[in-house]
Amino acid sequence: MIQGVQLDMLSADRLSKMTSYEKIRLILDDVHQGCVVVLERGLTPEEQGKLLEATMMEIAPGGFSGIEIETYPSFGGEKGFFGKLFKKDDSSRMMVIGPVDQLKMLSREKDRLIAWASAAQ
Amino acid sequence: MAAFLRIKGFFNKLFSKKRSRVGIYGPPNAGKTTLANRIVRDVTGEALGPASEIPHETRRARRKEGVEISSGTGSKLMIDIVDTPGVTTKIDYHEFLEYGMDQDEAVARAREATEGVAEAMHWLREDIDGVIYVLDSTQDPFMHVNIMMIGIIEARKLPVVIVANKIDLPDAAPQRIKSAFPQHPVVEISGLEGNNMEALYAKIAEVFK
Repeated sequence: MIQGVQLDMLSADRLSKMTSYEKIRLILDDVHQGCVVVLERGLTPEEQGKLLEATMMEIAPGGFSGIEIETYPSFGGEKGFFGKLFKKDDSSRMMVIGPVDQLKMLSREKDRLIAWASAAQ
Repeated sequence: MAAFLRIKGFFNKLFSKKRSRVGIYGPPNAGKTTLANRIVRDVTGEALGPASEIPHETRRARRKEGVEISSGTGSKLMIDIVDTPGVTTKIDYHEFLEYGMDQDEAVARAREATEGVAEAMHWLREDIDGVIYVLDSTQDPFMHVNIMMIGIIEARKLPVVIVANKIDLPDAAPQRIKSAFPQHPVVEISGLEGNNMEALYAKIAEVFK
């Protein structure tokens, strides 16, 4: 048996067919099992807020401690008319979510995230 | 007489301007309660709640009604200030043990803190008209929780003032916060020392009017 961390990579196509609740439930169920979830298309701000609330409900001292969630940071403020016109939706950015005790962000840059993941204890 | 009072009450309700509820948000230990206390003390002489170096000291939202903010140029604004628990995606009770708490105390604090974060998000969804987003100038502003919260605030089209707090500390770098959120007004202050509070009051009066 190979020891390691299971990655669950969800395509934008699959995510587009899911409701917000289905996405949040899938993410939290995966994270509870020690998986790292990679979303090709990130959650909207509203969905992230709901994920945060659901996560808080499920934290149990001595058990589940929460999630690590990262995406490429927005360097906000598209400048000028064309910048605003062709601004990319931030939720189109890839997003990585995992159990906080197994996934640690080492560095985040404008276009690069470096993370370290460990197997569940 | 009773009919007159009812009519008077109806017109008072009809024409009285609703006071904006301004939420003080940010990650844990950014100085939210220290800032809330500074604002409320400057205006009323009271404090809103205890502040401490231990994360999640504020575990319930606290509201102070009718805080009058003066811009310094004569304009005034009456708001309700809501101090909220620090927003995070993780809470581990072991963190509190490092501050000398015993296990029961730390577990209880962790439980209350999770409820507090959910409560803060509920206020933001239902009951907040504007946000003062407080960041510690010595910390990385690109933490995902900040990007997420600013995204939620923008999606809700709420007016926001970003506060670059703790500029009294030697390793403060408020310029990083300005670079991270160039689309929003950023005011550099020290809530603890009371530095530059007039600039913050002027910005609050301008943005939340």
